[in-house]
Amino acid sequence: MMGTTEPTAQRTRKGLSRFFGNEQARYGVMFVLPSLVFFCIFIVWPVAYSFYLGFYDWSPLDPAPVPVGLANYQELLSSATFLRIILNTAVFTGGVLVVTLVGAIALALALNKGLRGTGLFRGVYYSPVVTSLVATGVIWLWILDPQYGIVNQVLRALSLPAPGWAADSLWAMPTVILTFGWREVGYFTVIYLAGLQGVPEELKEAARIDGCGALSVFRHVTIPLLMPTTLLVMVLSVVRSTQNAFGVVYVMTSGGPVNATNVIVLYLYQQAFQFYRMGYASAVAYVLFAFIFIATLVQFRLMGRRTEIY
Amino acid sequence: MATSTATRTVEAARSRAWARRRRWLEDGAVYAFLIVGALAVGLPYIWMIITSLKPDQDIFRVGILESVVPSSIRWENYLEAWTDYPLGRWLANTLIVAAAETTSVLITSILAGYAFARLKFWGRDILFYCYLGAMMVPIQVTLIPSFIIVRNLGMLNSLQGIAVLHLVQFYGVFLMRQFMLNIPSELEDAARIDGCSWLRVLAQIILPVSMPAVAALSILAFTGAWNNFLWPLVVINKPDIMTIVVGLTSMKSDVTPWGQLMAATTISALPLTILYVTFQRFFTQGIVMTGIKG
Repeated sequence: MMGTTEPTAQRTRKGLSRFFGNEQARYGVMFVLPSLVFFCIFIVWPVAYSFYLGFYDWSPLDPAPVPVGLANYQELLSSATFLRIILNTAVFTGGVLVVTLVGAIALALALNKGLRGTGLFRGVYYSPVVTSLVATGVIWLWILDPQYGIVNQVLRALSLPAPGWAADSLWAMPTVILTFGWREVGYFTVIYLAGLQGVPEELKEAARIDGCGALSVFRHVTIPLLMPTTLLVMVLSVVRSTQNAFGVVYVMTSGGPVNATNVIVLYLYQQAFQFYRMGYASAVAYVLFAFIFIATLVQFRLMGRRTEIY
Repeated sequence: MATSTATRTVEAARSRAWARRRRWLEDGAVYAFLIVGALAVGLPYIWMIITSLKPDQDIFRVGILESVVPSSIRWENYLEAWTDYPLGRWLANTLIVAAAETTSVLITSILAGYAFARLKFWGRDILFYCYLGAMMVPIQVTLIPSFIIVRNLGMLNSLQGIAVLHLVQFYGVFLMRQFMLNIPSELEDAARIDGCSWLRVLAQIILPVSMPAVAALSILAFTGAWNNFLWPLVVINKPDIMTIVVGLTSMKSDVTPWGQLMAATTISALPLTILYVTFQRFFTQGIVMTGIKG
């Protein structure tokens, strides 16, 4: 208010003193500085440059990007392959969601009984989360080897049909879904277990006294009270599978047979680093970004609500 | 009167017995389910180890019994994996990268987390929201520009090139801030009155009580670095500079040596497994603390 009448020099000092005037602010800025520099170089600039590059044609071997307008996005949206890849991503994400949701809730309920040895079981269930995606893919690829894999050996011994799993265009998708889901279940079991701890025992007891059976207690007490956790798990699972699908799919199928398991993350990698179509790949990245952005926004909303509940 | 009390007692006893039997049954069913789950998780690992100890003629043999029970145990698979491939090199590379990333993530997260939790400075809250936003940005979106940066810095095919992209983890800043917000500020105030600088307050008062968060974050950062795949794959194509997971995929080919590959996979999983068994508590704590990463 008074600032307009003050001499410039004084005003500048006042402006600067807002940043560095007191010791506390000085230390605050100093402590934030390392991560801030990183933030500018490896987040702000790349997000902006990626957007920019989406309107250009560029290979690392070219001297400079060539502007192409909306051509990359047009190609993307009109390409049958990209449509296939979006569909694959949806099937993969949905499949993993169902597998992990059912598996995690069942295991968490069993663990929540508090029986002897629960800690040990929980430890075992979580261990795949610590195993790398690559190792997970390699192990399951061998277990499901069409010729010498143990699963097909058993199936043949029972004279059941032994599919080609990762090598079969029909079975490849279920194979990568189950492999990835196998690794994810433990992660979400831990989250569900934390959620179950928030379901008060008194409520369940009250329902039992009112004559509810175990199933009925589960349906009318546990499930509604777990709703915030379930929503969180759903969003987390979608974000995680869209991002982490890469390792498993790359190792097990490389997106094949004939794009049967090619998901958006792998497609982006192939376009950028195998075909060197950096501009086109940047456009793909932005489609992926939009998808994950929406999912994560929902996630933060839910997290805000979750903290209110507990 | 007396008889009815007696019947009641008998009935009560019977229903108690029935309840006990039901609990036994229920617990049994739960145990059965837990064991099935544990087998579904554990058998693939066991199969990996069995395969890693089999001679080739056992690996490529049809017949269940023959493939379950190896005709002989072949430790040479491990030796060959170690000598035919630069496995030691890959492990050392991974360890260097993971250690560098973890150290840097810890330092930057503790500093920024404390600033966001305690220090008032202009633009603090806006900046914190920006950091939260950074957590939302998937690596795939920044992948190509990051590649360009690293290429222009001449760090392709180098360990620095791998590590540089993960020197800061924004979920780490978030985790430290949330933890420090819950530390009562009386101790700090006293130290401040005694004339301690903010850095000393952080190092001597806040840090010692923040150890659970530091432990959880170290574990998250280290496992993340160890298992990271996409970025090292993009930056590295020389076998000598590969990390262990990239190295594993390079062992796969048209004539994959499954025995050696399984031995290498076992070795690759060993360090984190040991870490996990020792510090199990901190692994799951990280998820509960952030609700996001793992």
